[in-house]
Amino acid sequence: MSETKAKGVPLLELRDVSKTFLKDGAEFKVLEKVNLEIDEGEFVCILGPTGCGKSVTLQIVAGLIEQSSGSVILDGREEHGPGPHKGMVFQEYALLPWRSVRENVELGLELKGVSRKERHRIAGEQLEIVGLKGAENSMVHEISGGMRQRAAIARALANSPRILLMDEPFEALDALTKEEMQIQILKAWEKTKTTIFFVTHDVDEAIFLSDKICVMDINPGRVKKILENRLPRPRHELVCRTDREFGEMRDQIIQLYSSLKDEELDLVF
Amino acid sequence: MALIADRLYYVLGVIVFLAVWQAASVFKLFGSEFSESFSPVAAMLALIEMIKNGELVHHALPSLRRVLISLSFAVVVALPVGVLVGYFKRIEQMTYVVFQFMRMISPLAWMPIAIIIFGVGDVSVVFLLWLVAIWPLILNTSHGAGRVSPLWVNMSRTMGARDAGILRKVIIPAAVPDMLTGLRLAVGVSWIILVPAEMLGVPDGLGYFILDTRDRFRYDQLMATIMVIGMIGYLLDSVNRWLIHKFSWKI
Ligand SMILES: Nc1ncnc2c1ncn2[C@@H]1O[C@H](COP(=O)(O)OP(=O)(O)OP(=O)(O)O)[C@@H](O)[C@H]1O
Ligand SMILES: [Mg+2]
Repeated sequence: MSETKAKGVPLLELRDVSKTFLKDGAEFKVLEKVNLEIDEGEFVCILGPTGCGKSVTLQIVAGLIEQSSGSVILDGREEHGPGPHKGMVFQEYALLPWRSVRENVELGLELKGVSRKERHRIAGEQLEIVGLKGAENSMVHEISGGMRQRAAIARALANSPRILLMDEPFEALDALTKEEMQIQILKAWEKTKTTIFFVTHDVDEAIFLSDKICVMDINPGRVKKILENRLPRPRHELVCRTDREFGEMRDQIIQLYSSLKDEELDLVF
Repeated sequence: MALIADRLYYVLGVIVFLAVWQAASVFKLFGSEFSESFSPVAAMLALIEMIKNGELVHHALPSLRRVLISLSFAVVVALPVGVLVGYFKRIEQMTYVVFQFMRMISPLAWMPIAIIIFGVGDVSVVFLLWLVAIWPLILNTSHGAGRVSPLWVNMSRTMGARDAGILRKVIIPAAVPDMLTGLRLAVGVSWIILVPAEMLGVPDGLGYFILDTRDRFRYDQLMATIMVIGMIGYLLDSVNRWLIHKFSWKI
């Protein structure tokens, strides 16, 4: 831990972030004092069982929902509300169906008032990065799920965000497309050097992608453990999933998971 | 091939309709005195006569003009109102009762008031048509704007959009298909209300001409005018259907 501190100020910092929802008039604690630091350029995954508050955490960082207490600090400043400096990629793509792929990617630039020519150039660049060259003029309903998610990633990247937030972005895709997309996002990450905060409940995905894995506990959602992932990069070659280190990392996480399960059982009994 | 067969059935339906109509007049179902002039053949001949002597254009153009002017005013007022009603929950709550109440009132009920304010003539007719056209436009637009996926709204907020940006880039384009549906309904009711509205003292128009042919006992021309009203209505509706087809987005 002191190592990361020595590197200087983190890009993103969650300080004692808690969230309580009102459910049928009763208070329902979803997140309890989540603390997390993400350095510039890092690829961090949140891993945790369903319902542990991963999406809520990400939406708090995005500024789409407000925490009940604690603070979100980006670039040393406390964050309030959403903005194009925090790019978000939704699991459901959230592309606008009346726009072509290119027009979808240009959305943020239009909102910023960027000139047509410049929009065109930036969108082309981003579509190239995510491997969508040639599909610029397709309509959303004409392209596959994998291509839609690429377009959504390009759209977020077009705003040159300080951080890219991704909520189980590949969950709706078939296994092969999912692996393809994992490689694609690593390539895009290396090219753009954008910091990525990535939610998943897929252990292998977290290990394959991340520098750091934040394993979450449930009831209430909180950080169970933060694991440094020292698997060598680049990891484009799928072989690395069969590496010994990969297996060790997975064992470690599974053990954490099973202790989560035990606690849950304790709660039930 | 199936397509040609499909088309044939559409045509066949029209032929059957005309045949039944003709038979009805041959068997004097409209009364022994006038059945002759009520027949489609008589109507057709009268129509040709009306086209030749310019009467048709003389009455159809003012009707179209009134409908198009009132629709333009209705669109200009109803689309922004509909978007605001659909997007802002408080505005919807404040307008709900009033709008549902107002839309149930036949515009013809307003006729005396229209005449007191605007006098007999074009302005009153246009006002009544406007009054009937705004409700389907407002209600469909607000329905479309109100059911826009929150996911798109959240997405656009993460792209830097505030209220104005959300309205311009998400809500309004998303509501276009509903706006067009509203327009189609508005054109339909306007065209229907046009005829009685033009019976209220204007000197031309298809509604006026219906009364005029009646007073002159020209039932063949009356039937011809009825056919023209139906045909123009059908054409206007076809334009709307084409617009909907052309500008509706697919998921
Ligand atoms: N707007 C909300 N109002 C009330 N409760 C909510 C709301 N959003 C989330 N929750 C609750 O908070 C808890 C955490 O939800 P969240 O969506 O963050 O889980 P998750 O970790 O993302 O799960 P999954 O892996 O299934 O996506 C759940 O119990 C959920 O029901
Ligand atoms: Mg989730």
